[in-house]
Amino acid sequence: MKTTSGQWPLWEVFLRSRNGLHHQHVGSVHAVDAEMAVANARDVYTRRGEGVSIWVVPSAAIVASDPGEKGELFEPALDKVYRHPTFYEIPDGVANI
Amino acid sequence: MYSQALDERDGVADEAVNAAFEQRVAAEEKVEANDRMPAAYRKTLIRQISQHAHSEIIGMQPEGNWITRAPSLRRKAILLAKVQDEAGHGLYLYAAAETLGVSREELVDQLLAGTAKYSSIFNYPTLTWADMGAIGWLVDGAAIMNQIPLCRCSYGPYARAMMRICKEESFHQRQGFEIMVTLSRGTEAQRAMAQDALNRWWWPSLMMFGPHDSESTHSDTSMRWKIKRFSNDELRQKFVDVTVPQADFLGLAVPDPDLRYDDATGHYVFGEPDWSEFKAVLRGEGPCNAQRLAHRRRAHDDGAWVREAAQAHAAKQQAEQVA
Amino acid sequence: MVSPTSEQLLTYADGALILSHRLSEWMSNAPTMEEDIALGNIALDLLGQARGLLQHLGNEDELAYFREPQEFRNPLLCELPNGDYAHAMIRQLFADAWFAEVWPQLAADGTVDIDVRGVAEKAVKENAYHWRHSSAWVVRLGDGTDESHRRTQDALDAIWPYRGEVASDQWYARVEPVLAQATLTTPGRDAWIQRGSADGWHTEHLGYLLAEMQSLARAHPGATW
Repeated sequence: MKTTSGQWPLWEVFLRSRNGLHHQHVGSVHAVDAEMAVANARDVYTRRGEGVSIWVVPSAAIVASDPGEKGELFEPALDKVYRHPTFYEIPDGVANI
Repeated sequence: MYSQALDERDGVADEAVNAAFEQRVAAEEKVEANDRMPAAYRKTLIRQISQHAHSEIIGMQPEGNWITRAPSLRRKAILLAKVQDEAGHGLYLYAAAETLGVSREELVDQLLAGTAKYSSIFNYPTLTWADMGAIGWLVDGAAIMNQIPLCRCSYGPYARAMMRICKEESFHQRQGFEIMVTLSRGTEAQRAMAQDALNRWWWPSLMMFGPHDSESTHSDTSMRWKIKRFSNDELRQKFVDVTVPQADFLGLAVPDPDLRYDDATGHYVFGEPDWSEFKAVLRGEGPCNAQRLAHRRRAHDDGAWVREAAQAHAAKQQAEQVA
Repeated sequence: MVSPTSEQLLTYADGALILSHRLSEWMSNAPTMEEDIALGNIALDLLGQARGLLQHLGNEDELAYFREPQEFRNPLLCELPNGDYAHAMIRQLFADAWFAEVWPQLAADGTVDIDVRGVAEKAVKENAYHWRHSSAWVVRLGDGTDESHRRTQDALDAIWPYRGEVASDQWYARVEPVLAQATLTTPGRDAWIQRGSADGWHTEHLGYLLAEMQSLARAHPGATW
């Protein structure tokens, strides 16, 4: 990865706190390569046993959705209430549904 | 960096955007890294988060000063873990600041150049072991008081870093109070050591909350932007109210002749810190300002060849992979 | 297998204790803030190992704070001053390679106390991480820039004579490939070896280290902290 004037590349850190859970973003570290990024993430973000698995991703490789497009990206989903089970009324006395 | 592309848009003084932002923040909606935000909000956050990060990094020194002389192996392990946590907290905070489009290197350069501020408390010397107790009890106690409201700060990455920090910080305060309890129940020399530490750290701890509300420059906007939740004087009062009974428990005397409990208000009335000393320390005239910065610069300079070597090695490895 | 004597356990305990102390001197002085934390972790692991063994051998604080320098049994390697980061990493590499033999042996030794085996089992994992850290850094520094190569070669030449108490065939087999990958020139297995601490000979450095470490505890004998 390209580095400028002594600044080490930035890596985003994701931790799985225990098996069965998703990895979650916790912060970032600086490191010259992937190996060092994992080591630094381990030392900086898991001093109290916070994780069982670490992902590091070069920050530059993350493509984020544009917050300015929040409306067109996410609002259309908001009115599709029929996607949620609570939308439906089940008569009393019907079980197992 | 994934947030940098958005910087340019801030330059546009879009009043509609700013008004929408103010509304969102007033409604307690969180602001995230890529969201549009007023340039002044971004600037305020960068200043505050980086000062906070610098404080953690400089704060390693006064306590680091006693790691090699800790009087038992248990205490040595605790102190080492605590100073290490401070480096960790500094890094969480630099990482939060970097989401705002500024690089850690830039911020560290400001610290090394002496143009960035950090908490004035770390410009006081640690003269005895009891200072490890007093720092944990008073300085971390005051810090927690300041920091807990920051967990609800409007800027998401800062708030999340603070949650992580606050969780770890409570161990810091407790270990400090435990040292004070042990010393105050110890030999006569140990009790004297504990009292002396309280005498020296009490007033600087009160100053950690900053100047009186009437003198505080950034307070109003920070309150409106939900970066700050309580005023300096409110937090200072709260600190005195919880700390004085703890000093009583230790059998130590708070070095303030004006201190008294006011039955009517249910609060302690206390004397005025020496604000001229506070200003002098901020100006760089505290007992350890020069020493702390020189230490940081030396560590940074001594490490330059190591950082270059690591980069050079990574570049070689990458070239080999490509070839 | 012959059960390790108290003297041997003391060598491991003192080695971990003194090296931990040296690493703790790096706090707030490391080349990056991430390294401050990494070195702190390693120092804490070593301190935990030392305490585990010292508690088995007696009162940990009596042993750490009230013995004279000549009563310490750590390999001289562990007490060498920090120097620059290359010195610190070469010293660490040598010590990590030593502990890489010590801990698995202790952990597998049915003749030693269960609590000692417990310390060793935990230390095996800790040591694996320390080794990863020190070997990665030695390679980076040796095969980095001209300056880092020179400094790391200097460190290797200066510390090589202190391998005597920790080196074995397995030790060489562990260390030599890392040094080769780091493009460093090893002075050779036959090169001169400095006398060790078994009969109380130390470097002059240990006296100063202990004078600092023990000063407060000794100023208040009998006090609890």
